[in-house]
Amino acid sequence: MTLKKIHDDQPKEFKFSSENFKKAEEILKRYPAENKKSAVMPFLYLAQKQNSNWIPLAAMKYIANFLSMPYISVYEVATFYTMYNLAPVGKYFVQVCTTTPCLIRGADKIVRLCKEKISPNENELSKEGSCSWMEVECLGACVNAPMIQINDNYYEDLDEKSTKEVLESLIKDKPLKPGSFRGRKNTAPEKKQITNGEKHA
Amino acid sequence: MPKIIINGKEIEFEKGMTVLQACELADVEIPRFCYHEKLSIAGNCRMCLVELEKSPKPIASCAMPAAEGMNIKTNTHLVEKARKGVMEFLLANHPLDCPVCDQGGECDLQDQSMYYGVDKSRFIENKRQVKEKYMGPLIKTQMTRCIHCTRCVRFATEVAGVPEIGAIGRGENMEITTYLEKAMESELSANVIDLCPVGALTSKPYAFEARPWELKKTESIDVMDAVGSNIRIDTYNWEVKRILPRLNNDINEEWISDKTRYSCDGLLKQRLDVPYIKKDNKLQKSNWDEAITLLADKIQSINPNEIGGHIGDMVNMENALSFKKLFATLKSKNLEFREKKFYINSSEKINYIFNSSIKGIEESDLILLIGSNPRHEATMLNARIRKTFVKKRIPIFSIGDPGELTYDYTVIGNTTDDLKKILSNGHEFSKKLSSSNKPIIIIGESALELESGQYIVEEVKNFLKKNNFISKEWNAFNFLAQNASTVGLIDLKVLSKEDEEKNSFFEKLNKNQFKLLYLLGSDNLDIKKDNEFIVYQGSHGDRGAEIADLVLPSAAFTEQNGLFENLEGRVQESKKASYPIGEALEDWKIFNLILKKLGKFNDLSKFDSLRKEVLNLIPNFTKLNELPNFEEAQEVNTSSEFISESVNIKNLDYFYTNSISRASKTMSECRQIKQKLRKTGT
Amino acid sequence: MEKNMLKPENKIFKNLYNQLGWEIDHAIKRDDWKDTKNIISKGREWIINEVKTSELRGRGGAGFSTGLKWSFAPKEVGSRPHYLVINADESEPGTCKDRDILRFEPQKLIEGCLIAGYAVNAHICYIYIRGEYFNEGRRLQEAIDQAYEKNFLGKNACSSGWDFDIHIHYGAGAYICGEETALLESIEGNKGQPRLKPPFPALVGLYGCPTIVNNVETIAVVPTILRRGGKWFASIGKPKNTGTKIFCISGNVNSPCNVEEEMGIPLKELIDKHAGGVVGGWENLQAVIPGGSSMPLLPKKICDTITMDFDSLIENKSGLGTAGIVVINKDQDIIACMARIARFYKHESCGQCTPCREGAGWMWRILDRVVKRKATFSDIDLLSDVTKQIEGHTICAFGEGSAWPVQGLLRHFRKEIDSRCRDEPLIKKRTNNPYLVDQHLLENKNA
Ligand SMILES: Cc1cc2nc3c(=O)[nH]c(=O)nc-3n(C[C@H](O)[C@H](O)[C@H](O)COP(=O)(O)O)c2cc1C
Ligand code: SF4
Ligand code: FES
Repeated sequence: MTLKKIHDDQPKEFKFSSENFKKAEEILKRYPAENKKSAVMPFLYLAQKQNSNWIPLAAMKYIANFLSMPYISVYEVATFYTMYNLAPVGKYFVQVCTTTPCLIRGADKIVRLCKEKISPNENELSKEGSCSWMEVECLGACVNAPMIQINDNYYEDLDEKSTKEVLESLIKDKPLKPGSFRGRKNTAPEKKQITNGEKHA
Repeated sequence: MPKIIINGKEIEFEKGMTVLQACELADVEIPRFCYHEKLSIAGNCRMCLVELEKSPKPIASCAMPAAEGMNIKTNTHLVEKARKGVMEFLLANHPLDCPVCDQGGECDLQDQSMYYGVDKSRFIENKRQVKEKYMGPLIKTQMTRCIHCTRCVRFATEVAGVPEIGAIGRGENMEITTYLEKAMESELSANVIDLCPVGALTSKPYAFEARPWELKKTESIDVMDAVGSNIRIDTYNWEVKRILPRLNNDINEEWISDKTRYSCDGLLKQRLDVPYIKKDNKLQKSNWDEAITLLADKIQSINPNEIGGHIGDMVNMENALSFKKLFATLKSKNLEFREKKFYINSSEKINYIFNSSIKGIEESDLILLIGSNPRHEATMLNARIRKTFVKKRIPIFSIGDPGELTYDYTVIGNTTDDLKKILSNGHEFSKKLSSSNKPIIIIGESALELESGQYIVEEVKNFLKKNNFISKEWNAFNFLAQNASTVGLIDLKVLSKEDEEKNSFFEKLNKNQFKLLYLLGSDNLDIKKDNEFIVYQGSHGDRGAEIADLVLPSAAFTEQNGLFENLEGRVQESKKASYPIGEALEDWKIFNLILKKLGKFNDLSKFDSLRKEVLNLIPNFTKLNELPNFEEAQEVNTSSEFISESVNIKNLDYFYTNSISRASKTMSECRQIKQKLRKTGT
Repeated sequence: MEKNMLKPENKIFKNLYNQLGWEIDHAIKRDDWKDTKNIISKGREWIINEVKTSELRGRGGAGFSTGLKWSFAPKEVGSRPHYLVINADESEPGTCKDRDILRFEPQKLIEGCLIAGYAVNAHICYIYIRGEYFNEGRRLQEAIDQAYEKNFLGKNACSSGWDFDIHIHYGAGAYICGEETALLESIEGNKGQPRLKPPFPALVGLYGCPTIVNNVETIAVVPTILRRGGKWFASIGKPKNTGTKIFCISGNVNSPCNVEEEMGIPLKELIDKHAGGVVGGWENLQAVIPGGSSMPLLPKKICDTITMDFDSLIENKSGLGTAGIVVINKDQDIIACMARIARFYKHESCGQCTPCREGAGWMWRILDRVVKRKATFSDIDLLSDVTKQIEGHTICAFGEGSAWPVQGLLRHFRKEIDSRCRDEPLIKKRTNNPYLVDQHLLENKNA
């Protein structure tokens, strides 16, 4: 499964909601008038948020016309950046960082848990339909490894037990609070003495 | 001039050149894939790496501006290794299926890997597979072979002006495609086939037809429009297999239109191979003897005044002259080549050619179109306007609305009144025009068909003359002819004289006063057939043959030598690449048969003398392939009639303009897609 | 060889863990925005000179002199405006320092932007934040709004006479957009594909205008440098490798953390003092990636003595990069760790130029085979060749970034690799390795 393939089931039409339209106009003000193409990335985000976290073709067309860009350029941008989903994802979209710093601290176990709890394959909706997961590259929270991102939030300093709890909370539609799951303050060193050789994650 | 050292040799180069161009000056060959002279620089293939003294890394010579004192080496171990490395990467995922690839024998990758590559592949991983993409009826894709040079993307965006090809995804999963895999909406689309250095984009109609080394190559001239694009005709025995562009920076640069390239399958279809005579209301096969006898009998039984002749859009000058001579022998003056009546002042050459020249467009600083859609009427000329627009952002205006032209322009009016205002300095645009340095005014046939045709030509000319825009340095006055034969035929004076207007060809045609109408390759004339005996002589069973009583088969433009004069008044030779089919003959030979039958042995022509005579008749002629001499514009005193009317630009059925393209399967596919696009509006 | 830890009064980022509050009022208590007007009134020359004196080197990876970079901006503003662009794309594996600045010390960055903007003649600044840092971006926007409320930004910012606006632009998941010209392309609304250089952004950058691109940390330390003097900054650390630096210590350490320390601090001290030591003890250390994934790893032997600064790491054929330290102990399969990094580069290559597009995936596939014990000895030479065929042949430094870590592995762990390889070629038993792991765009029903 991939999120970069055009989804089969496409809505016919797309338009910014009036609220998003206002936001779009605000966004345009950030860039020189003759460079409104710059707004294509923020616009794609707006469209994605408005359409349950994925971007339909109609939205790309709408944005292209909005910014007087060729369709293909919007399509290029939408397929280049990994954060644009061109196919539906779960209401809770779990992204597991598996790059080396997280890998060292047990990201593979988190992947295994995702397969167990959510679905055996990446980018596949869970049974009750609210979650999906995928492996991603470094999310830039390496000292809090291993970690996952759920929608906009980082869940850090995980181990098997806490990951299980987090994933189950999603399935129950009562997501736990993001942040460190070892109770430390952000990226500060932990004061508690860890005995050498203790296993983590 | 600044100097640069290349492989120890010091040479001078022009400011603004890249290292690669400087190397070319020094006759040092640099391998390349992504670099193309006529496109922007991408620098992405990395094949052109060279060593620059004091630089720790090799540099991409195509992208590096040459600078005074640089010391470049291209023959070192470092460079050789870099090239080998890049070659190995390019071949890693490239399928080694040359035997089934249509690019085989003319593939840059194949050639360069022979010179610069390594002999065996170390890539044992599975090769990348890429899904094929649909790009319309002309372009066959095999995207697994793509080396991501982005030439096609740059061509579509920059030259064709239709940004419809792109590279989606990223990294090794990057793929070239059109938006949602639809056909490219451009009349230049198939040029990406020539540009693609590998077999990723190949010609769909030509798929698996032949290998390049099997083909006979003839350098010739295109006749699909009046631009006179330079082409190469590749034939296999009798068959024209494909048509490719030939570099001519003055005319078509390195490109040709899709019509030029792909009408050639029309040369195989609907061909007239023997004479036909209508019997029992049906055309039936006949032979030359019978046909010529019938024609001679008809001619002798009809008053010359009631014999009319019409010359079509793709007839070369020798044949036209010999037709004219035939008519002189018959003592008929009813000869015409226009498809509709439009104003022409044939008294001096500047009145009916594109004086600014196609290359001159690049110098202009303002363009005004009057009743013309250059995109459809002269595709390659339009590409030049776009090029100029992209490079210099020149302002472009139009009277009449031509629709999408691949560049921005402003419609400043839709009526002749608007033009009148401009010419009498009463329009805000007048000042822009007169204060520009090198304006270009392009008058299309749609404008000349108006009642005010004469007014438009003469008054525009007067205005330009007054503003000193018609001189040896710069001539802003341009007529955009649509057909390959037009300018040449005006030169040969195949026109009813102005004073005979009342009794003109069109009068007689419309009133059905002709008893015998002789159509020489003429298929676009609007004829309401009554009782006249119609003779059609040409290569294709098209509109003309359909209504004919007698059909004489003749050679198509690829099957005979002949001169054509393009819209700039440039005389070029179209060459014989193949031979006429069946019993078909060159037109002038057919006229000789008729003359013989009529007993006029003294009037027989020979090709060589026809050619000589044609060249003598062309006013302002300089040399083959060159622009004509400039002449001062004469004063015109006749006041021409002004009528207030709207300027409507005739919509050309672009892929269906002549008998060859109408016979072409490829062209009709293109036409269908275009009609469908227009309906669905996507 | 013990060195004293950074004195608390020399710390620049006092709120790195949000002990003191990020809001502007707290920040002002920590001396942010103190004398800003005064600093600006001393003029461009003075600012740039002071930054030169401090010997500050860019914190984004390349370590280029910041003062020198600023001096490349045209002195006079011509027909085109100048831009300042802040690189907050932070995507280098092992690095997460800018994130803390964005969320806990935003006023340092914002004040730095104003001063740098003034110094390079820019009225507009774009901060390019990686898309995943959605919350951090929101926080930064709040901080920017607070600065506007206090008139520190906008017309006549901070009463300096200079008009200055800051806009945030989010990336959307592309490591390559950290490369400065790819970043500019991305702001312009294009795919993030690096540009050919020359021309350099200082002359032809964003929208074709002169543009200075700097890392978040680089800019955030500038106000403190100017307040306390370039000499003060230069007195910390080592010559040419001056000042303080935020180190991110992750991997097999007992207490992974971000910490601000003196440049040139010994690696061992850094790990032991701040990160609670290597899991299983120092002797259990296998290797350390010292500066984010692009920098070649160092085996324990070098780690024993190395100091953390640009020049000594270069001497050891590695680099300080972003100072993202990844500690790998002996419990890890070092080749698997590096293969995963190779996969990262394969995934993040923009695909524009040949060596990187074709080479990154190739390196990963070979390493993957080594991990799975399916490689032959000749594969090792091939791997080495591939890295050399990428290095130096690409449009941007991503090529080196992907090739160096593999070269480092080959250099220091050749024995380990050899032990996994075999003589006979794999060809004999061709396995069905799928070409693509993430089957990106290929899925085709009728393929
Ligand atoms: C592939 C690649 C990725 C990069 N990623 C980042 C990044 O995430 N953040 C950053 O500040 N600089 C990054 N850089 C470095 C920038 O190109 C640039 O050198 C830096 O932003 C300059 O700022 P500085 O002088 O303040 O360090 C990257 C460079 C490359 C080649
Ligand atoms: S399809 Fe051909 S021209 Fe286009 S990028 Fe690929 S190799 Fe180049
Ligand atoms: S020709 Fe120079 S990089 Fe392709």
